Amino acid sequence: MTLEIVGISVLWLFLYLYVIVASIDFGAGFFNAYSSFVGKQHILTGVIQRYLSPVWEVTNVFFVFFFVGIIGFFPQTAFYYGTTLLVPASLALILLAIRGSYYAFATYGAKINHRGYIYMYGLSGLLLPAALSPVLAMSEGGFIQMENGQPYLDYWALFTSPLMWSIVVLSLTAVLYISAVFLTWYSSKAGDAKATDLMRKYALVWAAPAIITATGIIYELRGHNPEHFARILDLWWVFAVSFLLFAGTVYLIWKKRHYGWAFILLMGQFFTAFFAYGASHYPYLLYPYLTIYDSFTNEAMAIALIIAFIAGLCLLLPSLYLLFRLFLFDKDYIEGKSDYHA
Amino acid sequence: MEFQDPAFLSRILTLLTLSFHILYATIGVGVPLMIMIAQWVGIKKKDDHYILLARRWARGFVITVAVGVVTGTAIGLQLSLLWPNFMQLAGNVIALPLFMEVFAFFFEAIFLGIYLYTWDRFEDQRKHFLLLIPVALGAAASSVFITIVNAFMNQPQGFEILNGEMVNVSPLLAMFSPAVPTKVAHVMATAFMTSAFVLASIAALRMLGGSNHIYHKKALFLTMKLGLVFAIATALIGDFSGKYLAEYQPEKLAAAEWHFETEEDAGLVMFGILDGEEVKYAIRIPYALSILAHSNPFAEVTGLNEFPEDERPPLWIHYLFDTMVTIGMWLAFFSFVYVVAAFRNWSFIRTRWFRWLTVAGGPLALIAIEAGWWFTEVGRQPWILRGHMRVSEGATTSGNVDLMIVLFAGLYIILGIGTAVVLTRMYKRNPVEKELAARENAKGGEEE
Repeated sequence: MTLEIVGISVLWLFLYLYVIVASIDFGAGFFNAYSSFVGKQHILTGVIQRYLSPVWEVTNVFFVFFFVGIIGFFPQTAFYYGTTLLVPASLALILLAIRGSYYAFATYGAKINHRGYIYMYGLSGLLLPAALSPVLAMSEGGFIQMENGQPYLDYWALFTSPLMWSIVVLSLTAVLYISAVFLTWYSSKAGDAKATDLMRKYALVWAAPAIITATGIIYELRGHNPEHFARILDLWWVFAVSFLLFAGTVYLIWKKRHYGWAFILLMGQFFTAFFAYGASHYPYLLYPYLTIYDSFTNEAMAIALIIAFIAGLCLLLPSLYLLFRLFLFDKDYIEGKSDYHA
Repeated sequence: MEFQDPAFLSRILTLLTLSFHILYATIGVGVPLMIMIAQWVGIKKKDDHYILLARRWARGFVITVAVGVVTGTAIGLQLSLLWPNFMQLAGNVIALPLFMEVFAFFFEAIFLGIYLYTWDRFEDQRKHFLLLIPVALGAAASSVFITIVNAFMNQPQGFEILNGEMVNVSPLLAMFSPAVPTKVAHVMATAFMTSAFVLASIAALRMLGGSNHIYHKKALFLTMKLGLVFAIATALIGDFSGKYLAEYQPEKLAAAEWHFETEEDAGLVMFGILDGEEVKYAIRIPYALSILAHSNPFAEVTGLNEFPEDERPPLWIHYLFDTMVTIGMWLAFFSFVYVVAAFRNWSFIRTRWFRWLTVAGGPLALIAIEAGWWFTEVGRQPWILRGHMRVSEGATTSGNVDLMIVLFAGLYIILGIGTAVVLTRMYKRNPVEKELAARENAKGGEEE
């Protein structure tokens, strides 16, 4: 395995983790708002806040990790993506900032329970994935053009592209699906039958749209980037495994049992699909301008980064384990029997 | 046109984001240490007031951390959005500390979450205290790493340029540039000092508001003592920084001091205004610049005229330098007076006017932080990578920066007002007297 592959795999892993934890976060905000809209807020709020409060900051770091890492391992990406993404990324940043700080203000500070804020929070959770996902469409090529040696983004092509919109829809449905499955499990652990019931319904509602849009994108790619499409076909069996895992999750949720396993299968479904997608994208970071080879940093820096990465993981993994032990798997905490907030 | 020039606009947006972020970042680095010390004193003295102090600081701290995190994310991404050409080049050399900063931040975020949500969960407060160590360490480490990145931009090394490409890169050499020791030490000391004075301001303000509880007195005395220690440290490190500048970045020191001609026995210029090349209304301290630069009153100090005109920093950085130094000196003096008077039990420190001066300490320290960063950043103009890349060469070519400035300015206004409103509400609704009474009632139990 070359250093380039190690680098991109590490980053892809962190992006995957961000997708999972951020989906839970974004989706939770949406479900909270929606249940407030239909007058069922009392059912969900407690469970959602108990999960989100100790971890919301950690969620954010996965995202920072990914973009700092990609500039570190592949400095050329700064040139192409940095120049072209100014507007969409800034909008995403502003949403992220409002969302994050509002959450802290409301939860720790003023205990604001105004409905308007709850709706805004829920809505921003859906706008964010929609604002971040066009990057995936851009990486397929056809939207970034070169002019006098400087890249620029062809907004018209991007916004009229069915590919981009399919990716946006996929991100939305995936967010809601992942979040619903997780919260079903979490509320069943909390012994909260009402919340479990409600989240289970949401999970089943969003399962079909999520899988249909995912398939739709593969179809879109056939016309947009045939080379990539051919590589996806080569990896068809990984996507097949992913689909089986999906079917497993839905089955367990439908039968109302082993919600923990259902969530693990879901993680597996997204893991396989995400890595198969990434592998089929190989070797391009930005089709057709940038491959992972010509954008890679020098060898000395790559080795230093990988050493730092391993050392960092030795610090992080036990800490994350501690965090999970104390809040995700602690019965008293989840059930809300003891709230030890400062 | 300057106002359509993406490089100029990128500078404005970066200035805006960083100026806003460093207020929160400084508090984010300093306050965990203060919480840790308060908790430690509380455990040692078996004094519940200090534990409560730690707890109440921690609550307010979360709000500032939240804004610090989101604005930090903004500047992290803006580096690549606004300066893509710079990141493309410098990323090859300086990615390591950036990456390590994220790890430190990660570490801090995990333990801050645990610390906040395990209050009273452990029987033994000492166990809970242990959770604060990684929080304070993570906060300090991330400031170290990010300052290393900035030090590299001021004094790049660890690579060679061959036909426009960076070769022979040494990540470790780049990390430990000569600017690192003074910069890192100065950033840390001022962060601790500022946080101490900000917390002292709050205590003084509560006492002015009529609350005469012993709790506030303890808080004020503790923070003023810490403020004094770090103010002295800051002054010492400031002196080293002067020597560093004389050695490695003489044009910055010369511009800050309006020192045009290279000469021996150089005097220090304080205050004053500049009329052409003539300095008016200034206080001149003979030999002081030579002492600051080389620890020798007769040493030669390089003047600004030695540098080509298009490589000189703007001369108005003198005012920033003066602001920073004057405030630093004042706070060191003021906290010294306070601590001596408190030991001697002199009563003037309990007068209203003296309390108001204490209240002013926190905001003044924050102003000094801003002035200091503007001085160091504007002082390396026209370079983004000193000696290698000019600011105009590093900037984006996108035409939408102006719109982004408006959007981000709106965001920072909202966040700034939000922080102020939420923090005042939080403490006004739950003053310390109320919380202490509740604790008395619940003796040993959990209260909210």
